[in-house]
This record gives sequence, C-alpha cells and structure tokens, in this order.
Amino acid sequence: MSITANAGDIDRRLLMDRSVAGRKAFTLPESDVPSQDLPDSSFLRDDVVLPEVSQLEVIRYFSVLSQLNFSIDTNFYPLGSCTMKYNPKINDELSNLPGLADIHPLQPDDTVQGAIRLLKNLQDDLGEITGLPGVSLAPLAGAQGEYAGLLIARAYHEAKNDSKRTVAIVPDSAHGTNPASAAMAGLDVVTVRSDDQGNVDVDNLRELANENTAVFMLTIPSTLGLFEPNILEITKIVHDAGGLVYADGANLNALLGLVKLVDLGVDICHSNLHKTFSTPHGGGGPGSGPVMVTDELAKFLPKPVAIQTEDGYALGTPEQSVGTINGFHGSFSIAARAFAYIKALGLEGLQSVSENAIISANYIQAKLRDKYNLAADRYCMHETVLSATKQKKRGVAGLDIAKRLLDFGIHAPTMYFPLIVDEALMVEPTESESKETLDHFIAVMRQIDDEIDASPELIHEAPHDLPVTRLDEATAARKPVLRWTADE
Amino acid sequence: MYPEELKYSKEHEWVRMNGNIAEVGVTVFAQESLGDVVFVDLPEEGSDVEQFAKFGEIESVKAVSDLFSPVGGKIVEVNSAATDAPEVVNEEPYGSGWLIKVELTDTAQLDELMDAATYQATLE
Repeated sequence: MSITANAGDIDRRLLMDRSVAGRKAFTLPESDVPSQDLPDSSFLRDDVVLPEVSQLEVIRYFSVLSQLNFSIDTNFYPLGSCTMKYNPKINDELSNLPGLADIHPLQPDDTVQGAIRLLKNLQDDLGEITGLPGVSLAPLAGAQGEYAGLLIARAYHEAKNDSKRTVAIVPDSAHGTNPASAAMAGLDVVTVRSDDQGNVDVDNLRELANENTAVFMLTIPSTLGLFEPNILEITKIVHDAGGLVYADGANLNALLGLVKLVDLGVDICHSNLHKTFSTPHGGGGPGSGPVMVTDELAKFLPKPVAIQTEDGYALGTPEQSVGTINGFHGSFSIAARAFAYIKALGLEGLQSVSENAIISANYIQAKLRDKYNLAADRYCMHETVLSATKQKKRGVAGLDIAKRLLDFGIHAPTMYFPLIVDEALMVEPTESESKETLDHFIAVMRQIDDEIDASPELIHEAPHDLPVTRLDEATAARKPVLRWTADE
Repeated sequence: MYPEELKYSKEHEWVRMNGNIAEVGVTVFAQESLGDVVFVDLPEEGSDVEQFAKFGEIESVKAVSDLFSPVGGKIVEVNSAATDAPEVVNEEPYGSGWLIKVELTDTAQLDELMDAATYQATLE
C-alpha cells in the first residue's frame, strides 16, 4: 500500500472514529483516601460509547476544527444585521483581571463593590446613549431583551388596569425574533406592511393602532438598513392610540452619538452588546441584550439592577419588577468587555464608530449599484440590502453569489432577509474594515457578476477550495443526521 | 406553468374545483421562489378556515412562509404525502403536491380569485 503525500490534507475523521480501546487523555494520581462504593450506582451506564483518545489527539482534533472556521479574526465578515465588528483584545484582557474574573455571583454585595459599580456605570452609559435611563443588564441575548421589554409593556398596561391591550404590531420586515418574543410574552401579533420605499406603511399602521395595541415593535434603523423618515409620525400614532413604542436595537451601530432613541419617541429598547459594543458573538459569546426604558417604566425592569446607595453600590429590585428572567445579573464578563469598549472610545469615539459604519456601507452601495439592484434606491445607514434579481434572471441566485464569495475568503452576507426583498443579500461592513478590504469586496462582487456570463459553472459549484464544498441543504433539512452511530 | 382550469390567489395558491370540494396548493411561482421545500405544517382535518386566512406554514431552505387559503370552509382532507415528503411540493405542485381539500361554504368566493392569465400577469 502506498500513501499519497499531501501536506494540506485534513484528517476528517470524527473524534469517535479515532477511538482506540483503552487509550485515555488523563492520568489520575494515586488516591490517598479509602475508596467508597457509590450509594446509588444505578445511574452508571456501560452502554454509552465514548471516544478513547490521547490528550494530543484531542488537542489536534479541536485545533484543526478551530482553524476551519471563518471568524472576524481571520476573514472579512459582512454578515448583515449581525455587526461583525472587531472585538478588541484589550477588552478580553481587562475582563480577565482577577478582581473581575475571580468573583462569584453569590458573593455579598459589599465584597464586590467594584464589580457592581462597573455594572452601574455601564447602565448609566447605555442610558445616556439611548436617552432611556432605566436599564437592566439581566437579559442574556437580544431576543431575551425583547422578551423583557415586552413583559415591561404588558406590566405597564396591567398596572393601569388596561387589560384589553394584548396586541403587538410588528412590521413585515422585522427580525423573526420580534413576533416570536411577542408571542412568548403572551401578546397577539399583527403585521403592518412596508411601503415600496421599505418604510412602515403609515396609513396601514393608522388602521391597526387602536385600544387593543399594547406595543409597536420597530427596528431602528430598519432591517433594510434605512432611516425611517416618518418615525416621529409613527411613534405619535402609536402613543395617541395608547400603546408603547419598542425599538429593536439590533441596528444601534448606526446611531451612536448621532440619535437618541428617546428623541424619536421610543419608550423601550434593547441593545445587543455583542453587536454594537464589540463583545464576541455566538460560540465566542455569550450574548448580552440589556433592556432600556423611560424613567416612567423603570419600576418594571427585570431584577436585579445595579443601584447606588448611601453606602456604595448594591444589586436592587425595582418596585414593580417583572421578575427574574435568568439566573443572576446577566453575563458579567461580557458587560465588563462592553464597558471597556465604551470607556476606550468615549462619546466622540462612539460617534465616529457610527459615522464610519454608515460611510462604509454607503461606499459599497455606491460602488455596486450599477451591477446589483438595491432593496431601496436611497442612502443607507450602516448596512445595504442588495437584491440579486438581475443576476437571478441570468441564472445565478443570491445563494450562489454568497457561496462564491467564500472562495475569495469573504464570509457570506445575510441571505434572503428581510423576507420582503427578493434575492436579498444584506451587507454590513462595520466601521472596523479598511478601505482596502472594502475595495477587495467590491472588486470580488463585480467579478462574480461578470462570471455569471463567462463561466457560470464556477458560481454554481462554489465554494471550490474550502474543506466543505456545496452542501445539500435540502436533504440536510429533510433527512437530518443528528447523532453519530457506530459503523455496523 | 399555470393550468387554465385552476383559479389563483395573489398569495400564490391555486384552487381546483371538484363539485363543492376545492383542492388547494401552491403555484409553480411559489415553489420556485421558495426553493427546496423541507417542511410543511398543515391543519387538522375537520377544522374550519376562512377565505384568505392562514391555514399552515411552508418552510424552505431560505425561509418560513405562511400559507393562506384562497377559499373558506371546512377542511375535509389534508395531504399527508406533502408533510411526509415535502419535496412533492417542488416536484408536482399541481398534482401530488396539493395541500388541503376544503368543502366550500359559498362558491361565490371563487369570484374573488384570478384566472391563469390574470395571475400570470401579476408575476411580470
């Protein structure tokens, strides 16, 4: 048998398939206490197959897996609506300081004064940035922030004995989490249409807003990356009907230091610290979705909130709190990272974050608009939504373009969202990227458009050079294989 | 692409009449726009649906969409073949990929639907 030399080869075997009976990754010292039988050993099983591998094999396996990943530390990542900005390493360093890292959530308040003060200062900063001074850092993700905000809206109406307000109005362009959070909070969801410019259809909203309206949920800027020109009229319609206005802060990266949500008529919002405030996403997370409200609504915030007392700082419970929405007080180390980010930039720095995010998105839009249709033909905010309908007519769908980008080392944009845009490709470059990176992306997008006529198979079969090429997503969804099974 | 004998709704569903029973499915345009269908959620047999109201959900590799019934009445049959093997919606949208059969409360409802030529014109 001969072996073909190929240094680039990756060992694709799963850990389970590398298992050799009796091999192990640990060495236990000899026990210096007498052994004891378990009082109840019925939960011990010997029918579970586990991988038996050495420490080095485990390390190689996971190190190689980590190298196969696209991440913001390795690739341009213009995933719209996700704000994949650089996560400064100094934030990790600061959040790992012993005084912040080596403490426990159950420690008495007087032994962790610095940590609670940090939470209080972060609350104050988020209150200042949004103009909504009541802040709870408890929600662990954007959707949980939405859920907390909607519970607050319900509690507000119930406190006024206005129990018939059970409807959340949500635009047809909304993130799927909006109607899902509303349903989970016990509200009925009614959809308001968008007009042909991608704005909320104001006449439709006027028809829908009434004495049953609990809250109107609006993403600002919109999920199409657009400023809502009728925003003041919209929030007035909702308020006149007796409802509250909830702003989904997923796109807050466009507004820092430029617009305070309270000035637009917003009563409640959340912010994703893992988007706007540079803390890691997803597997690198966890997420964090603080909820911000007006002074009037602050008494309903989920507990705990950090407060300043005569003796220092403490974790308190707002008087009519909607309660606890998870254990403890949110993701502390994530809050510490966001705090470091805000303090490093200051107000001026934050303002230039949004300005540069907006300029970068508009630069891409301006350089691609002759090749790709736009969801709305006007200046965008921090992201631009392209519509690959011209490309689709020539035989290449948005999905194909997204896959082809991977060949050039660029993460795919968000595809097929918002749902109201055909063949949507949502591009959010963020403020972090250099002009050279933006120019490279623009050149690649233009080249892919040329390839549609010159060599369409290049696009249809993309990606070509990645460890995993084109996946059969339909079969994966129809007949998912969800667990490893031993070969018979 | 759009059989003459069917009636169409603007939400891209079709109706085939058989006596007072309306067979309902999604059009070629709908299944092509959705892409590969991977999941179909249909109502219980015997439940009622109003004209143009939501009766189920259809999920493709791209997105989840609501299904709106082009006619109102009692749902007398649902197509378990479509829930078991959703690919039939892509393969035969006007045939074995039908979704529900509705016993019509009022045949005048059909006047609110489009013929093939009118529907096709809306897709231009």
